[in-house]
Amino acid sequence: MTPKDNREIRDTAFDAAELERRLAATWTTPPGLLGALSTVDHKIIGRRYITTAFVFLALGGLLSLLMRLQLAQPEARFIGPDRYNQIFTTHGTNMMFLFAVPVMQAMAIYLVPLMVGTRNIAFPRLNAFSYWMYLAGGLLLWIAFVLDTGPDVGWFAYVPLAGPQYAAGKRADIWAQMITFTEVSALAVAVEIVVTVFKQRAPGMSLDRIPLFVWSMLVTSFLVILAMPAIMIASTSLILDRLVGTHFFNPAEGGDALLWQHLFWFFGHPEVYIIFLPAVGMVSTIVATFTRRPVFGYLGMVMALIATGVLAFGLWVHHMFVAGLPRLGESFFTASSMAIAVPAGLQIFCWLATMWAGKPIFKTPLLFVIGFIVIFVIGGLTGVMVASVPFDTQVHDTYFVVAHFHYVLVGGAVFPLLGAIYYWFPKLTGRMLNETTGRWVFGLIFTGFNLTFFPMHILGLRGMPRRIYTYQPEMPWSGLNMFISLSAIVLAAGFLLFFIDAIRSARAGATASANPWGATTLEWATPSPPPSYNFAKLPLVDSLEPIHDDAFLPAAIGLRVDRRELLITSVVEAAPEARESSSGDSIWPLWAALATTVALIWSIFSPWAVVWGSIPVAIALIGWFWPKDVPEDDS
Amino acid sequence: MRAVPPLLISTVVAASGCSGNQSALDPNGAPAIHIEHLIIVIVIICTVIWLLVMGVLGLAILRRRDRPAEDPISEKRLTTVVSAAVATTVIIIAGLTIASFYTTRGIGVPEDAALTITVRGQQWWWQIFYASSGATPGFQTANEIHIPVGQDVHLKLESTDVIHSFWVPSLAGKQDLVPGRSNGLLLRAEKPGVYRGQCAEFCGLQHSHMAIMVVAEPAADYERWAAAQSGNAVIPAAPDAVAGQAIFMAKPCAACHTVRGTSASGTTGPDLTHIGSRQTIAAGLVETTRGSLAAWIADPQTLKPGNNMPMVPLTSAELQNISAYMESLK
Amino acid sequence: MKDNVVLDLSELPPHGLGTASQSWWGTLAFMLIEGTGFALSIVVYLYLMSLAPRWPLDAGPPDLLPGTTLTALLLASLVPNIFLARWARKQDLLKVRVGLIVMSLLGIAPLILRAFEFPAMHIKWDQNAYGSIVWVMLGLHTTHILTDLIETLVLTCLMFSRHGDNPRRYGDVSDNTMYWNFVVATWLPMYACLYWVPRI
Ligand code: HEA
Ligand code: HEA
Ligand code: HEC
Ligand code: CUA
Ligand SMILES: [Cu+2]
Repeated sequence: MTPKDNREIRDTAFDAAELERRLAATWTTPPGLLGALSTVDHKIIGRRYITTAFVFLALGGLLSLLMRLQLAQPEARFIGPDRYNQIFTTHGTNMMFLFAVPVMQAMAIYLVPLMVGTRNIAFPRLNAFSYWMYLAGGLLLWIAFVLDTGPDVGWFAYVPLAGPQYAAGKRADIWAQMITFTEVSALAVAVEIVVTVFKQRAPGMSLDRIPLFVWSMLVTSFLVILAMPAIMIASTSLILDRLVGTHFFNPAEGGDALLWQHLFWFFGHPEVYIIFLPAVGMVSTIVATFTRRPVFGYLGMVMALIATGVLAFGLWVHHMFVAGLPRLGESFFTASSMAIAVPAGLQIFCWLATMWAGKPIFKTPLLFVIGFIVIFVIGGLTGVMVASVPFDTQVHDTYFVVAHFHYVLVGGAVFPLLGAIYYWFPKLTGRMLNETTGRWVFGLIFTGFNLTFFPMHILGLRGMPRRIYTYQPEMPWSGLNMFISLSAIVLAAGFLLFFIDAIRSARAGATASANPWGATTLEWATPSPPPSYNFAKLPLVDSLEPIHDDAFLPAAIGLRVDRRELLITSVVEAAPEARESSSGDSIWPLWAALATTVALIWSIFSPWAVVWGSIPVAIALIGWFWPKDVPEDDS
Repeated sequence: MRAVPPLLISTVVAASGCSGNQSALDPNGAPAIHIEHLIIVIVIICTVIWLLVMGVLGLAILRRRDRPAEDPISEKRLTTVVSAAVATTVIIIAGLTIASFYTTRGIGVPEDAALTITVRGQQWWWQIFYASSGATPGFQTANEIHIPVGQDVHLKLESTDVIHSFWVPSLAGKQDLVPGRSNGLLLRAEKPGVYRGQCAEFCGLQHSHMAIMVVAEPAADYERWAAAQSGNAVIPAAPDAVAGQAIFMAKPCAACHTVRGTSASGTTGPDLTHIGSRQTIAAGLVETTRGSLAAWIADPQTLKPGNNMPMVPLTSAELQNISAYMESLK
Repeated sequence: MKDNVVLDLSELPPHGLGTASQSWWGTLAFMLIEGTGFALSIVVYLYLMSLAPRWPLDAGPPDLLPGTTLTALLLASLVPNIFLARWARKQDLLKVRVGLIVMSLLGIAPLILRAFEFPAMHIKWDQNAYGSIVWVMLGLHTTHILTDLIETLVLTCLMFSRHGDNPRRYGDVSDNTMYWNFVVATWLPMYACLYWVPRI
């Protein structure tokens, strides 16, 4: 039975209102606490994820303000070395593992199913589980920090400093186990995204009609899948070294300190593109909408995403240029790191070409994109600088690198993210963010950011190492440091204004229509915010821009409404293959996450936790998968 | 017992040690000079690239639009321009890669350096070994390296505990000290002077206070210094220093520190044989004076919280004598 | 957004099989994750070996018997596994039940052999880095046998319950057989690495 056989034009079988009523009855999460804990709606979970990630951004930002307070003056005594080390470690770990990666995946959880025109993400229960794991990992880190047992070994926890001999107590274990939590959740989301994009695209959305944001999340998910196992192996080995006396990193017994660095950066470098590539997708989406034309060079953009993803695995040594590896071998990594400038440049050039050819409309999202280009190109170029081995021997582990990575992380990822929030806020909440406030937010953050981080380049070149809790008065750094700290207040004010605007607008902003920006991707083909079933009738896609102004969106019917049902399509052509049920709400993912949390935290203290702790996990998983007599389970 | 009032501690901290220059932009060593040239070239090229991109961005968003957007000719022209830009990118990065490759070759460790010094990183100070050369026997010192000007010096970098990084930016780029491994670094000062450096790899609580001084001096001065350092400690003459020596030997100090020529032969802390001749104490924390020595010995944990030297209870007379003794160890 | 209906999907099967099912792709994705983990563990082994003055460190090469027997057993288990996959595709309840029981037994047997493999290494995890990586590799693979076994046991119970005769369950069984193939396939390079690399 090929799908072509029944491609005949039919009239709608249901009266629209009746259809929507029935779909809602099937798909909507029941109100109340149990409903909230059991929901598997990707929109609810996505919103939850996004909100949580932004809370972590605010918390991590507050930590950075503490650091800036301490560093404003030489030999300041606000914060002692022990606390300072916890603060910068928690700031970095929190920003990377609890904010930047999850927030990108969270946007995808919310948007990808809508953008590909399906009704829920693949493996919705895994999605719920993933959120709970993420939350537990975040709580682990922050509760430890509040209790003064936060990790204090830096966000890449180099051994032997993080090993059994030099990191007494449980601080380093908490870091390593927090990694496990976030990796489990990130891997779960990556699998969901891959399968959603491969198998649940709207009929007709062939590979060359996939929105660029979806492409970017697909490539990102593959990076997650291939990179995260390295950090899993690394953090597990670290825990084993610390708990049961293995010798992976102990040179006295045949282990090696640099093994850790190789494993960490084999993950850690792709990690930065895991953060950056989704931002590329966001920028492409915003540019297309606010220049009123498709992004120039679709194919080139997709190739650039894939090329960046592939190259990402050949760069890790550029974080180890001064560790003592053979110098000429390192030159290979200079070449590969610089090669990344080619796809990055291609992307920049394509966006510029799009703006050149289009008619830019200067709404807040586009402002953030312009700010992104200004800042990210600086960050990228400083990346090219540190990719040069001799150059890096001077600036590695200095504030120059701190400047580089904030330029690419904040400029390259947070700016697009804020633009994306302004852009998709109506879809997320049904209300608009305030445009005037948005301009202020942009202005404050843009100015504050550059004033805060640009001088750090100079500090680095003038000899200021990173990760120092203080410096001596005779060093010529105090003026700039004071300036940086004051500028950070401007930056913080911008973020504060953003949070205020977001909280206020979510409650009382102007209500949004289905497609307030006149965009062309599928998420705008359904009301803002979308109903629980996303689309009353599944949309059909016949071009890269499925929404043409006001035309009828072609639709498909024939799905059951008495069970949660969605459509499986083929990988390349997105031709319909089967109808498939989508899991109903369930409390089991929460139980499974709780059981896993207990096992993981317990295993910081005793290896036997792995044995005894996995029993409840197994029980929860059986409960999760055991068939219940629901329509979703029949065939 | 708290011999040193907090006031003294804070003045000592505020007035601390020798600065030297610690900047990649103020190079006085051959490798650092090579690198500075490379830095300048790369920064200029990148600045030009950034300005060009900004120019195009500005034009793209602000230009007057009279042509229709979907003009096929302009689409074709865009393709040409974008391709050209990508091609230019490829050429530039190829050039930068080659430039940094040649610079790398220029700063490698030579096989036949005149002088080899072993630097061993410790939490949070530098242990330094000079091998015997000619008439001068080998000796140990801490936190201060002397080198002859204009000669290649090979540093052998090792660590006893965690990873540290040796970085004296005015002389050379940095190089890690990794436990279980031995790394090399070329130093070559072109001008006499005191060059300050600082541990660059995060190594725990006092990573911030792990500085190193490199004193580059004419060969003759260097030889004189090395000969003096290789000798045993001077025998104190002043009465307070003599008393100080006795206290030093009786207190736990001797269990951690070596003073060559005495019974003190501990190895946990820096070799103090010639501590009085060093410019700073406690890895660049404060300038060496009798007052700063007293402040340090009285309460090392306030000056450098978390460091591995405990506070040894001393009366104020004892403290004064010990400081006098330390100062006398020129 | 207004719409006009141009496609009727009601004729499509209500459940996708094989590449038309999400769980097939999900299983594949998890295999990719775990395969990367296995590959990295081999890389770590070779890396440590490249640093060591002699290899194995402070131990002779492992005894071949338990590991080789286990390898043979795993390879042999592929035969019933492939049959089980075929029966699942044909949705033959009786044969699938038998096959699952056989596969459960074939999941338990390697665990018993594995218990002899650890001592055959002549080294403990806490003696040196060689011991550490060897134990971790064996442990990593053992957890995979174990998880697949648990899954097989649960499926066996399911197939004997009233939920059994359902295309969805047959899909699960066939995904499970695919996973077992993966568990066997990943063992082969690990076996070569653990037992033969120290001998060259
Ligand atoms: C979003 C995150 C992100 C992104 C996108 C990047 C992008 C790049 N990074 Fe960065 N990097 C980090 C996050 C990121 N980095 C972090 C977090 C660290 C520090 C970790 C730590 O130590 O804590 C780090 C550290 C880091 C180092 C190690 C430095 C050190 O520790 O000493 C290096 C070295 O090579 C490097 C290189 C690069 C390069 C070459 C790029 C390239 O991808 C940049 C490419 C982009 C451009 C070049 C601009 C656009 C191109 C054009 C306009 C075309 C014209 C250009 C040319 C002709 C050159 N990065
Ligand atoms: C995406 C990642 C990310 C982000 C966004 C940031 C954001 C910031 N970081 Fe970041 N930083 C890292 C990732 C990030 N950082 C990493 C990986 C490291 C390395 C860690 C390590 O070495 O191990 C690091 C290290 C680092 C250092 C170096 C510390 C050291 O080496 O000793 C400094 C110093 O200035 C710094 C400052 C800042 C500042 C001022 C911001 C600002 O942009 C923050 C602005 C935001 C705010 C100020 C929040 C304001 C919010 C409120 C006021 C809201 C209150 C809200 C409610 C009540 C709802 N960071
Ligand atoms: C438990 C070991 C220990 C004891 C006991 C000890 N020290 Fe120390 N000492 C150290 C260590 C370790 C350092 C390096 C501290 C640092 O810079 O981080 C040090 C540094 C010093 C320095 C600065 C050396 C330099 O090269 O800059 C002096 C001077 C000194 N100690 C004197 C003393 C005196 C005097 C006593 C006894 C009253 C004493 N020490 C007792 C371990 C000890
Ligand atoms: Cu030693 Cu930092
Ligand atoms: Cu990198």
